[in-house]
Amino acid sequence: MTPFWSIVVIVLVVANIIGCLWLLIWTAKRTPGESADTGHVWDDDLREYNNPLPRWWLNLFVITIIFGAIYLALYPGLGNLPGRLGWSSAAQHDQRAAVTQAQRQALYQPYDQREIADLRHDAAAVELGGKLFQSNCAGCHGVDARGAKGFPNLADGDWLYGGDAERIYASITQGRGGQMPTFFGTLDEEQLKSLVAYVRDWHTKRTDGTEYQVGARKFAGTCAACHGADGNGNPLLGAPRLNDDIWLYGGNDAAIRETILYGRKGQMPSFEATLSDTQRRLLTSYVLSLNAPAVASAGQP
Amino acid sequence: MSAAHAPPVPRYDDEVVRRFALTTVLWGVVGMLVGVLIAAQLLWPVLNFDTPWLTYSRLRPLHTNAVIFAFGGSGLFATSYYIVQRTCRTSLFLPRLAMFTFWGWQAVIVAAAITLPLGITQGKEYAELEWPIDLLIAVVWVSYAVVYFGTIIKRQVDHIYVANWFFGAFILTIAVLHIVNNLSMPFSMTQSYSVYGGTVDAMVQWWYGHNAVGFFLTAGFLGMMYYFIPKQVGKPIYSYRLSIVHFWALISTYMWAGPHHLQYTSLPDWVQSLGMVFSLILLAPSWGGMINGVMTLSGAWHKLREDPILKFLIVSLSFYGMSTFEGPMMSIKTVNSLSHYTDWTIGHVHSGALGWVGLITMGSLYALIPKLYGKPAMHSIPAINLHFWLATIGIVLYIVAMWIAGVMQGLMWRATNADGTLTYSFIESLVATHPFYAVRLAGGALYLAGMVVMAWNVWKTVQGAAITIPNANVPNTQLAGALK
Repeated sequence: MTPFWSIVVIVLVVANIIGCLWLLIWTAKRTPGESADTGHVWDDDLREYNNPLPRWWLNLFVITIIFGAIYLALYPGLGNLPGRLGWSSAAQHDQRAAVTQAQRQALYQPYDQREIADLRHDAAAVELGGKLFQSNCAGCHGVDARGAKGFPNLADGDWLYGGDAERIYASITQGRGGQMPTFFGTLDEEQLKSLVAYVRDWHTKRTDGTEYQVGARKFAGTCAACHGADGNGNPLLGAPRLNDDIWLYGGNDAAIRETILYGRKGQMPSFEATLSDTQRRLLTSYVLSLNAPAVASAGQP
Repeated sequence: MSAAHAPPVPRYDDEVVRRFALTTVLWGVVGMLVGVLIAAQLLWPVLNFDTPWLTYSRLRPLHTNAVIFAFGGSGLFATSYYIVQRTCRTSLFLPRLAMFTFWGWQAVIVAAAITLPLGITQGKEYAELEWPIDLLIAVVWVSYAVVYFGTIIKRQVDHIYVANWFFGAFILTIAVLHIVNNLSMPFSMTQSYSVYGGTVDAMVQWWYGHNAVGFFLTAGFLGMMYYFIPKQVGKPIYSYRLSIVHFWALISTYMWAGPHHLQYTSLPDWVQSLGMVFSLILLAPSWGGMINGVMTLSGAWHKLREDPILKFLIVSLSFYGMSTFEGPMMSIKTVNSLSHYTDWTIGHVHSGALGWVGLITMGSLYALIPKLYGKPAMHSIPAINLHFWLATIGIVLYIVAMWIAGVMQGLMWRATNADGTLTYSFIESLVATHPFYAVRLAGGALYLAGMVVMAWNVWKTVQGAAITIPNANVPNTQLAGALK
């Protein structure tokens, strides 16, 4: 703000406050000889008394003005004048952030050098990871980590990109970009229908001769490259397993049809810049703890 | 001047008043119905039926616009046109222009009811309507000012009654606020960009937003209060000097209060401080109106027992006093850091909107409508009583639910663990709020039920009424001229 505008602000503020005070002083007391009624009449019977201002109200008014004047002397408010306390919201923020930062460092310090394999068996570490999860991950994956449409369930032992410590840590650190291409225009209606039927067949087991055959052929040529010939998926690509009954975008005919026709884009953001290495390891240990049975057999392929 | 020397009563232009009075009731029912629907949607999201124009995001601005500008606006037009004629003892200046403001305002309301559900919006709270509608509002509003101030100029009495100061301030300021805040570059018929950017845009928006509260929802309705309370009580206004102090202090300090909507944002610190300081100084001027209204009743308190219309008027002032105390408290930075973005704000707004604006309008209409239709009283007095209790219980349920929900949300959102992470996820605060949304819905439904009772009562009063007062469509400017 230029000095000119600063002065304009100061003048307007002070004038407004003094104006209020002047109004109060001017009207507070009845002038000698003044009658109790103004004598004005409107619409036959509308009249006005001219009672003095209630004392308590007058005091209230003056107290708020005094408070305002003191506040403006202490804090920024009058144009560019910084106020006697030198307070600013930015400095207040920085100061509190520094306190939190120091607390946080002290809290995480014991975990700085420990491996995930070790942390996941430490209840205190898992609890800290859980808090990080609630603040950073629950927005998409849900408070219970069970996901939602488009956001993977992290507690069902099923993984798009692999469920061992290293893979989960990598997902958090680098983020993931799931990419199902669109097949709009490359499939005719019959092929599309048979493909949907074939994918559904892993669960419904309602094999229909010709449709199944057509679908199987099409799947082998178009989908198997990523999802595998037997629909097992490929964690290296993040291609979902299709022969279980876990669906990221819905498993009914309409949802599968939509996925094939228009493709899907999944986006897991990278937390490398947001969370420290220790925080990411703690988070990984928490996610692993959600899948305890799966963890037990993690050594097997 | 005494009543004996007052000029004879002219023929007043009341057709436009009648129309605005009836549309006030109509839009009241509609606006509150939408409010109840969106309150139910917060409880049961399935109630948007996966239909875009029934979603909360589009119906919420429809609700606010309908209750503020359609219900409140029509009420202000009706009462200001009625009062300015009586207190100036003259007919309206340019009655046809007044009738244009009726049709123009209804056109604005219909346009809002179409465009908002379609998702056509400027995205500014309480100023959502797009530029073609904004232009129509500007034309209607300037016409309103011409009629209103023209009538004041041709008044047959010396002094300007205090109600007219407030109506006058309301009309002038809303014109300025509306035009400044809606300055934008049109991009197509349904889209435009504000001429302001970033923080300046936010500040202009809340300068508008808070003064819409101050001048539309406060000053305008104080005008209503200053006429209908002394009329209904049959006693003089308590203090002329108090009305002078609180009028000038109110309109000058309200202008600064907008920044309290933007505490702890990128708005410069000095602006935030001024917003808070002037909001606090605003407390006494706001209460001046309440004192003047309530004290007018001194020596006649027994009337409150007998007259349900007076109950509406006086209880509205208590809610006015409560919300104008709550507002300055919420503008204090430390309180604001807790209350901001929570349902406490929603509760605060509704104690003002349902309690003050709603009740004062309903009370005034109950006094006004029989007079407009040449009836001695409303069709059913017990129905007015029923309406009063439905409304009052509804308001109490509503604001208590929102207070508890709001403070709870504020506490949950700010709670942090030792590691700096949030103690509660957002969804947990939502789950905790859920029961209070049910209480709020019940309160809103009661309030709506009261409004429906009123609509029935008005219908029965108006039905088949032979209007004994000369129809405004008959040119009566000659008569008014002859009286000069």
